[in-house]
Amino acid sequence: MSHSARDSTPSIRLRDVVKRYGSITAVDGLDLDVPEGTCVGLLGPNGAGKSTTMKMLTAQAIADEGTIEVLGYELPGESKQARAECGVVPQLDNLDTTLTVEQNLVVFAHLYRVPRAERRHAVERAIGIANLGERRRAKVDELSGGMRRRMLIARALVHQPRLLLLDEPTVGLDPQVRQELWALIDGMRAEGVSILMSTHYIEEAERLADTVTIMSHGKAVASGRPGELIAEHAGREAVEVYGPPAKLAEAEAQALQNGFRTRRTGTSVAVLGLDVANGNAPGGERRAANLEDVFVLLTGEEIS
Amino acid sequence: MSAAARPPRSRRRLGRLERPALVGVLVREVINFSSYWRATTFSSTVEPTIYLLAFGFGFGSLVSEVGGFRYVEFVGTCTVATAVLFSSIFPAMFGTFVKYQFQHTYDAILAAPVDTEELVTGEALWIATRAGVYGCSPLLVAMLFGLDPSWGMLAVPFINFTAGFGWACFGICIAAFLKSIENFNYVTSAVITPLFLVAGTFFPIDRLPEWAQVAAQINPLYHCVELVRHAVFGWEGLTDLAHVGTLVVFGLVAWRVAIAGMTRKLVN
Repeated sequence: MSHSARDSTPSIRLRDVVKRYGSITAVDGLDLDVPEGTCVGLLGPNGAGKSTTMKMLTAQAIADEGTIEVLGYELPGESKQARAECGVVPQLDNLDTTLTVEQNLVVFAHLYRVPRAERRHAVERAIGIANLGERRRAKVDELSGGMRRRMLIARALVHQPRLLLLDEPTVGLDPQVRQELWALIDGMRAEGVSILMSTHYIEEAERLADTVTIMSHGKAVASGRPGELIAEHAGREAVEVYGPPAKLAEAEAQALQNGFRTRRTGTSVAVLGLDVANGNAPGGERRAANLEDVFVLLTGEEIS
Repeated sequence: MSAAARPPRSRRRLGRLERPALVGVLVREVINFSSYWRATTFSSTVEPTIYLLAFGFGFGSLVSEVGGFRYVEFVGTCTVATAVLFSSIFPAMFGTFVKYQFQHTYDAILAAPVDTEELVTGEALWIATRAGVYGCSPLLVAMLFGLDPSWGMLAVPFINFTAGFGWACFGICIAAFLKSIENFNYVTSAVITPLFLVAGTFFPIDRLPEWAQVAAQINPLYHCVELVRHAVFGWEGLTDLAHVGTLVVFGLVAWRVAIAGMTRKLVN
């Protein structure tokens, strides 16, 4: 992909964005960048402000402070142009359930102003992306959960957007379907589509995202490539100590005393940063540190 | 499909009430309509027939003439206006609420290059068009019962459309300002039922107490009923212009309030 001067405009650029709902500050001074042609994962626990951020990018929520640029357009003033070149996959399935696969796509080809001469082709292409050729005349009602998700993604791509906004794209799906969708999303990135994806699945962000922004309480608490974030915050290796609660508490106290960072995983205590701290590492199962460690360290939240 | 290969985008600021956005909203409705038109057509034909049979013949056997009309003709024309009322206000109230609250359809549409103003306008235009067409079916049924055709009847779809647009916007306002679908019952009982009855529909308003006559004057349904009667039985010049004017003002006010209400609800 060639990069002209125009292409250096980031696909998304947020600076000091604040969004309040009454006394609640959902987004609290957020900075976020999505460079053109990359996939950025917006990672955070529930209530961190991910969905509000996604809503602001389509001007369905208006920021109280700060600046938002999408594809070089300033929001909310130029949001309509930005929306014309964006595809949005919502968290909640909002397909027209009484319509067929094909009809849903025809409707969105119109809503996204695909020129009449290209409409037929655009719909066919989207059916191909969703891999629903044989179910084109099936009502959405009759499709499985996985098919409906594929359909939502294909619908967002019917007008060949330059930017794709994915809000929790695989939430509630079984692992096999999730992998299918990851392949689909990865394919879009390979074609040069910029992607912002909010998720609370660590693995999803790790596999798909070039860079990850971790959000907590409405702020970006860390940003970077997954590998860099892991190295910076959790070190290279970790040890998992298993045992009854009393043993876990003891191991935790000792590790902290020796200058390690730890986190509870529910059934074990993970002792992090083995290569960074000087103390003696406790015995246990050694493993590579991962993004989940970073996530929990930075957000203070356990994840399921 | 490299991003650089795309045509350079224009910096033109997209305007308000754009045709492609309205067309997009309408196309969605038309395609949806293809899946439920049979039910709509059935009810809009059968309902006025029942009204005409019940009131025209049941009640008509007691009262032969009202306000200078045969009772069956009096009721036949009012049924046009009430059909327009019901076929626009209820779909607007319930359809808007369901699409907003349960199906999240409006989230999907507003993520596309469509603004709330265009969404509301497109939805109201569609409902008004449907009401304009289906509102004529009582007239056809009444003709089977002996109503004489007249040239003025050709104006009826347009009267229906104008009134239907106002009612649709009014229904969208209700959906925009009420918090739950259960609360719709209050509106149906306390607002729509009196609107429906105190409008010269089944009995003329000139025998009502004075306060009710005044109230009828601000009821858009009354103006719609009068216009339809005059279209069928003979125009009344300036009076009818005033009726048209009232319906237009009602439509414009309800339209703007509906847009404001939905914007508050959808963009926050």
